[in-house]
Amino acid sequence: MAIRSKRYAEARLEASSNLELYWWVFMRISGVVLVFLLIGHMWMNAVLTDLNSINYDYVAKRLSQTTWKVYDWLILALALLHGGNGLRYVLDDWVRNPARRFWTKVVVYSLLAFLFFLGSLSLFNHDFGVN
Amino acid sequence: MQVTLKILRFDPGKNAKPEWHTYQVEAEPTDRVLDLLHKVKWEQDGTLAFRRSCGHGICGSDAMLINGRNRLACKTLVKDLGSVITVEPIRGLPVEKDLVVDMEPFFAAYRAVKPYLINEEPPPARERLQSPEERERYDQGTKCILCASCTTSCPVFWVNGTYLGPAAIVQAHRFLFDSRDRGKRERFKALGSASGVWRCRTAYNCTEACPREIPVTQLIEEVKRAILFDRF
Repeated sequence: MAIRSKRYAEARLEASSNLELYWWVFMRISGVVLVFLLIGHMWMNAVLTDLNSINYDYVAKRLSQTTWKVYDWLILALALLHGGNGLRYVLDDWVRNPARRFWTKVVVYSLLAFLFFLGSLSLFNHDFGVN
Repeated sequence: MQVTLKILRFDPGKNAKPEWHTYQVEAEPTDRVLDLLHKVKWEQDGTLAFRRSCGHGICGSDAMLINGRNRLACKTLVKDLGSVITVEPIRGLPVEKDLVVDMEPFFAAYRAVKPYLINEEPPPARERLQSPEERERYDQGTKCILCASCTTSCPVFWVNGTYLGPAAIVQAHRFLFDSRDRGKRERFKALGSASGVWRCRTAYNCTEACPREIPVTQLIEEVKRAILFDRF
């Protein structure tokens, strides 16, 4: 196909990328998966057990098992990605000044990365003292 | 009846910002807003600038923000608005003077979706035939008159100015769902980009604004589906 764009703005409009499609699909799938993960989480911690009986020992015992490590890590990763991408949509729609939009995104993404790092670290590297 | 017509006017040579001017106009309830603008321009203040051509809702020149909604001045009657009428230029495009805006960004998005039949196959001896059902499939999109009412009512279009806008997507829909067209991959480049259909948040402003009653948001969703099913 011949190149028809004459200006940068036109080239951007014709640029081929499926990235936004993949994000759109991810939002739908991760949304559905999160609903079931969170219902499961609530069911196990608020219905099957008495919410008031949950203490450090209970959490430490659960989180020293690989299954629950993976389960909770999935909630962490999907929630941060799903919420973070939703926040990106909001910032793209509402922050008009390009420079301010860029720096807001830098702060938000850094915060998300920090939360992800902290969550993963405590899930996989913390010694809960349970054998 | 006596109508108070408030117009948001802007003269780039005089004002730094647009300002409201108020005019008292004698009108029939069956007069159109376009008739009121004519009365102001011809009898009270000849410097008022606005676009109009056919005056019958076909050329798409006189889309304006009338009483807070995008409409065609030539299709909107005084009796449906009351005795106080506000008129502003459509939003999201640079105002050149009074109600005249620079339509170039709007038409740049229109060109980006390649709004013409693309089919490299050798044409048959007589014509590319189409069944009535195939013709019906893209009928809604053919009603568009490119007045920009939908695009300039879209909150996403107002903000960053890179979104293609509903009108361009409707035009793309008209060719994507045409059984004779083979250019979907070329159009998907513009439609699937970061400034394409995925910016649509289904606010439905476009569907409410369309003076041709095209279900704009539904057509945008159909284009999203077409891109999705083309890829997966």
